[in-house]
Amino acid sequence: MNAAPLLRVENLTVRFPGARNWFGRAMSEVHAVNNVDLVVLPGESLGIVGESGCGKSTLVQAVIGLIAPTSGRIVVEGHDFAAISGRQKTEIRQKMQIVFQDPQSSLDPRLPVWRLITEPLHIRGGMSTAALRVRARELAVSVGLRVEHLDRLAHEFSGGQRQRIAIARALSTDPELLILDEPTSALDVSVQAQIINLLLKLQRELGLSYLFISHDVSLIRHFCDRVAVMYLGQIVETGASAAVFDHPAHPYTKTLLASVPSLQNSLQEVDASLTGELPNNRRLPTGCYYRDRCLISSAECEKPQDLATVAAIKPNFEISREARISDHKVRCILA
Amino acid sequence: MTDTAMKPHALSIENLSLEFPTYGGAVKALDGVTIQVGNAEIVGLVGESGCGKSVSTMAATRLLPEGRYRITQGSIRLFGRDPTVMSDEELQQVRGKLVSTIFQEPMNALNPTIRIGKQLVGVIRRHEAISRRAAETVASNILSDMLIPQPSRIMQAYPFELSGGMRQRVLIAMAFSCNPGLIIADEPTTALDVTVQAAILRLIQGRARRTGTSVVFISHNIAVVSQICDRLYIMYAGRIVESGPTRAVLDTPQHPYTRALLRCLPERVQPKAQLESIPGTVPNLIDPPAGCFYRPRCQEADERCYAKPQSTTLAGGQAVACWQRLKSQTPVSSEA
Repeated sequence: MNAAPLLRVENLTVRFPGARNWFGRAMSEVHAVNNVDLVVLPGESLGIVGESGCGKSTLVQAVIGLIAPTSGRIVVEGHDFAAISGRQKTEIRQKMQIVFQDPQSSLDPRLPVWRLITEPLHIRGGMSTAALRVRARELAVSVGLRVEHLDRLAHEFSGGQRQRIAIARALSTDPELLILDEPTSALDVSVQAQIINLLLKLQRELGLSYLFISHDVSLIRHFCDRVAVMYLGQIVETGASAAVFDHPAHPYTKTLLASVPSLQNSLQEVDASLTGELPNNRRLPTGCYYRDRCLISSAECEKPQDLATVAAIKPNFEISREARISDHKVRCILA
Repeated sequence: MTDTAMKPHALSIENLSLEFPTYGGAVKALDGVTIQVGNAEIVGLVGESGCGKSVSTMAATRLLPEGRYRITQGSIRLFGRDPTVMSDEELQQVRGKLVSTIFQEPMNALNPTIRIGKQLVGVIRRHEAISRRAAETVASNILSDMLIPQPSRIMQAYPFELSGGMRQRVLIAMAFSCNPGLIIADEPTTALDVTVQAAILRLIQGRARRTGTSVVFISHNIAVVSQICDRLYIMYAGRIVESGPTRAVLDTPQHPYTRALLRCLPERVQPKAQLESIPGTVPNLIDPPAGCFYRPRCQEADERCYAKPQSTTLAGGQAVACWQRLKSQTPVSSEA
């Protein structure tokens, strides 16, 4: 448990300029990610769950360096990502790879599979074509592709196999952290099961850490050790998956879980007001972000809420043993 | 709607086979599909992409591109009428008034250049001889029925000003606006968040139950379908492999494909455990395998499966097209 974190995100904020005025100056800002802290330990999976527009994809794109953060620090294996440069930065970057949602648009349609898989190595340079082909063959086999697939083009494959190609490409630099941005939401359930099984197998074999984004709560519960629930760019609840999903503390998490369709029980009656939508992220609400949709909000919710451990807020709240040891935290004073 | 004695089914598809001719050969999209939707019944159509869920209902409403498909056998009846022989004028009367469709992507189904209110009023006035003012009142009432706050403001808005969930509610309002007898909901919640999805499902179910509207609910997500449907049809590669009351199909699935589909879901297994997946891929529908289409992927298959299995009705109203279930012939009770 006390291993040094592989990834530490501190107080990360990302804002985008909104509409521009006549002089081209931004008149408003989109607050996509607001003061997010998170940690990924070696070999664990952290799930990020939330509605569309809550900032989960922006968060991971900032982590991997596709978007420049407005403020905050991203620390990879003890190195501040903003402070390093040159060769060291290239090396650190290769420790993190990303798999996108749609393999159709994230694979070059004109490259054969072996080139697609080894593209990151090709960019890094220093390997002969023959060596790249050997490496491509190893990677392809490890994700369940056949050797004869290596000379085909991406369009010849089904969605599940394309996602396998994307995973093989992400593995090519021997990363320690894989960021999975809704890797199975474009796939059918039977294919989703194959990809999830593959990812779990790779984790067991290679000791990978995963940062897994999904809107599918049952998938996160199955796949992740810990989970962070995001709402309007903020983490509102975090802890071990079992603790958060079995004993949700934040009103938003409770609503989210009650909305998940399940085979076991029929449609639950949830109060109509709970089914509202995310507030405008141009003007952040003062106090608790969830206040307007919350059923139990009171005067105390006018103040900004901090992430605090569930045990600290409610000493006599019945919490499971997992919750105690996993520091289950919630951003709600009334939880 | 006055003849209560012999009221025809809302939708009755009998042994329908349909193919799309291509240069590579005819794609046999549907093969002997039989779907019955009774009055005031909510029926789910479940299957993976490309299994023919949408094609069956689009054939019934004649939304498939004319001249690009062939119906090789079978019949379709919409409230006792045959849509395949209707003239364009008749179809215009039927669509919207008798049967209306809610599509998956609300942005593509709404005209981006016309205000919501005008689009709704247009639909209502096409089918009902009422004044613009009266139609506006109807539209506003139905929008507030869909839990849309400030319907008058939404009616003034353009589609792009609304969120996805709001647009889908507008589309549902539009589908229900002329009190059709049948609503076809083609993956209406796939593009939406779970919280919004739960609300939309509740709206469709509530409104359909109140007005006695039949609903065909198409989805690839068996959990979503199980939430609101009375009966389910499970489709695979253009055939119905299993059908029956929702609880019976979920609790005692008979067809190996239905069983595998349910075992694929992470909901029913321990965290991090191996999920069951279906080996192989969906058959090529230009040249499908002989006999049962699921045979190449089925773990129970034997030599009998090289012949096409007929659908057999079991106790409890469940029907299954599988030789292995015929052998056992044990009556299945739904409470097991």
